[in-house]
Amino acid sequence: MNRRRKCLRKLLEPPKIKGFSPFGGEINENAEPINLLFEEYEALKLCDYDLLTHFQASVEMNVSRPTFTRIYSSTRKKLAKAFVEGRRLNIEGGKVYFDTIWYQCGTCHSQFNNPKMEIPINNCPLCNSQQFVIVGVDAKPDDVKSDTAGICMCPKCGFEQPHEIGSPCMERNCPKCNALMRRKPREN
Amino acid sequence: MRVAITSTGNNLDSTLDPRFGRCAFFVIYDTDTKAIEFIPNPNKEATEGAGPASVQLVAAKDVSKIISGEFGMKIKSLLDSLQIQMIAIKEPDKTINAIIAMLETK
Repeated sequence: MNRRRKCLRKLLEPPKIKGFSPFGGEINENAEPINLLFEEYEALKLCDYDLLTHFQASVEMNVSRPTFTRIYSSTRKKLAKAFVEGRRLNIEGGKVYFDTIWYQCGTCHSQFNNPKMEIPINNCPLCNSQQFVIVGVDAKPDDVKSDTAGICMCPKCGFEQPHEIGSPCMERNCPKCNALMRRKPREN
Repeated sequence: MRVAITSTGNNLDSTLDPRFGRCAFFVIYDTDTKAIEFIPNPNKEATEGAGPASVQLVAAKDVSKIISGEFGMKIKSLLDSLQIQMIAIKEPDKTINAIIAMLETK
């Protein structure tokens, strides 16, 4: 069975630090650090720092309200565990994407983004030119669906049919020879 | 700082590969030591998941920029969380030599 594909959570910007470590008292240095995901950090920030309601925050992160509440409750459990057991806290990972702004250089015509949003870009990373313009903000994951349109083909007899969104090619059988279908590789 | 460039061949005169996940070779260029390394891409013929596998390959080399022709949806979010900069060149006939020369212009 295919694993459920998690919907990507949107982050406004990555956290400024990579984690926390405890000090004073009896610290068990060998204890495994707690891994707080980026989306969990963002949930805590939106809810308790920006003081949004769960519904408003879920819209910000582009997930449903129940999903947001699940992320948030997992954050609180992890933070409580780290505080009570005196464990280190790492902030990393998670299924996230950022609101990336894309720039285009006027000299070499290359397009680039800025993954470290706290540091503004002054020069083109390729040719060092200072002439570049913003060409757009990254597409929302809704557009991912258009990526799934294509052609299913049978690897055995070569039968082709248009791909149906929502039913993976690899779970379908060829109507001619009953072999498992495949996605036809794109030509380029 | 290390930069990954996708290449169609394993010499400096080969051109940029417009695809990221299924490019023929990765060129790892170190801007400090000027070292150039060619890595054949094991995911060239992969039917699925070539992009994320290739990201893992280049992220293990500790690069901070990737130069290619295009980046797919699966890798964009991955590279965002790894904080690797994407540079897309829309001129596919540029050679690796020319790109490295551009990186060196100050």
